[in-house]
Amino acid sequence: MIEYQNLFTRVQLRTNSHGPAHTGLPLPRGDFDRTGKPSYLYWLGKFGEAQIGPIYLGVLGSASIVFGVLWFWIVGFSMLASVNWNIIEMFRQLPWLALEPPPPEYGLRMPPLSKGGWWVIASFFLLLSVMLWWARTYVRARALGMGTHVAWAFASAIWLFLVLGLFRPVLMGSWSEAVPYGIFPHLDWTSALSIRYGNLFYNPFHMLSIVFLYGSVLLFAMHGGTILAVSRYGGDREIEQIVDRGTASERAALFWRWTMGFNASMESVHRWAWWFAVLCTLTGGIGILLTGTVVDNWYLWAVKHGVAPAYPEVSPVIVDPALTQQGASK
Amino acid sequence: MSMLSFEKKYRVRGGTLLGGDLFDFWVGPFYVGFFGVLTVFFTVVGTAMILYGTSLTNTWNVWQINIAPPDLKYGLGLAPLKEGGIWQVVTVCALGAFGSWALREVEIARKLGMGLHVPFAFAVAIFGYFTLVVIRPVLLGAWGHGFPYGIISHLDWVSNVGYQYLHFHYNPAHMIAVSLFFATTFALALHGALVLSATNPMKGEPVKTAEHENSFFRDTLGYSIGTLGIHRLGLFLAISAVFFSAVCIVISGPFWTRGWPEWWNWWLRLPIWS
Repeated sequence: MIEYQNLFTRVQLRTNSHGPAHTGLPLPRGDFDRTGKPSYLYWLGKFGEAQIGPIYLGVLGSASIVFGVLWFWIVGFSMLASVNWNIIEMFRQLPWLALEPPPPEYGLRMPPLSKGGWWVIASFFLLLSVMLWWARTYVRARALGMGTHVAWAFASAIWLFLVLGLFRPVLMGSWSEAVPYGIFPHLDWTSALSIRYGNLFYNPFHMLSIVFLYGSVLLFAMHGGTILAVSRYGGDREIEQIVDRGTASERAALFWRWTMGFNASMESVHRWAWWFAVLCTLTGGIGILLTGTVVDNWYLWAVKHGVAPAYPEVSPVIVDPALTQQGASK
Repeated sequence: MSMLSFEKKYRVRGGTLLGGDLFDFWVGPFYVGFFGVLTVFFTVVGTAMILYGTSLTNTWNVWQINIAPPDLKYGLGLAPLKEGGIWQVVTVCALGAFGSWALREVEIARKLGMGLHVPFAFAVAIFGYFTLVVIRPVLLGAWGHGFPYGIISHLDWVSNVGYQYLHFHYNPAHMIAVSLFFATTFALALHGALVLSATNPMKGEPVKTAEHENSFFRDTLGYSIGTLGIHRLGLFLAISAVFFSAVCIVISGPFWTRGWPEWWNWWLRLPIWS
């Protein structure tokens, strides 16, 4: 029975034992050479491919890494400055430290460097880095004659990233609405946003986003498990199975048909996968974009639309300080 | 009819764990088996109890239907049906149905000569549910610590229990679980996209190969885990996400009763800083 379970790879193929290591398929004219000599890790080969490298850097990749490192440095040195340039304290307090966006009084203007200016500059570099990396995923796929599905899935994640750091702050009229760079601080931001806008759990797009997040995990457990379970029949050779259905595909399909009355095909399961993952960040971005711009309190929104019940007042009513005269004059 | 063109030759006897040939048949596309009968039984009873419980309330609004666990005063005893007993029956039915479903998957996998990866993964999900409604309530001494069955009500439960620990994001196991959920979804996007991009290439290009998939990932990231490895990784990440979710909730209450932010004080007090 253990023959059926395929837990770890038992035979490792290494191209360098039969001549020079495989560095990858030929690239189109005008491309640079790949960087790095392939190396092998035995224990990695137990789980997946043993080969590490080479990598294609190119202009887009190199520029993306440079801007990404600049963002990282600005965030890191800002944190170091916040503990008075004490390296030990920086590591001690690291999870609590942050590069915060500018305070609300600066709106969308450029604040002094120490008051969020560095945050604006770092964010600009991060945006450049991410966009260049997006172009890289597109161009690398084209260089091999492949479809650009990876780039468009990445674009869905970038949509959420842009909503959080650009679109929503602009609509709200202030950079202070954006997310701080820091481990605990970004968690604080998330909680604070949820509480401020009446609990994000009542936001229907947040609900959808979570459904697709959990759905993606469920799908990968189902798909990963199914392919491993039919790997004995060559199920992991998915492309071959897609263009020329074999017994691995048939058994995989029948497993789900007999279990739940429905099955995907070897190709369509990857479409389910792509859409579930893409919709997670797509719906999440919509949910965040509407928060504070269109909807001020998701709980009251849910009550109004018959989603949530109106709970009895169990604690004294607290007046929102922003709605009082004193608060408004601030 | 409900059979796929290639299905007939796979519909063979055997592979059952219980009941021999007695339930070894199909209804439409569904395999039945002893555990199929058991699943149907638990599902019908459980659903009927939910409908009965809802009929006692004044709403049929699907968002607001709520089957609540018993009051804490009933401890770990049986509660009267209308005061949480329904929740207890539904919980037993749910665990019975999930467990039977997993064993039915085992029978189907055996029949098809497949590995048991899928039922194992499902068993981990059941373990997560079992942790929420049995292990943690038992550790805390009352069934009332289970979560209510309802769309909005279970969200409220998550919110309320989370804020009991001040800020649940600081729960280290929750951090790991959320990271694993994101990582799994990220990996799923990459895997789905990669296979689609190989089988749906540029206009005029022939369908690509696993060699192209490896080249694309080595070119962009410097490493390609391979066609077999990605499924191992996906399954591992998904199972780990669920496992750490179970850990993060079971330690909240039974093993840590204060706010999660202050749990991190041990880090600030490490002797290495002085």
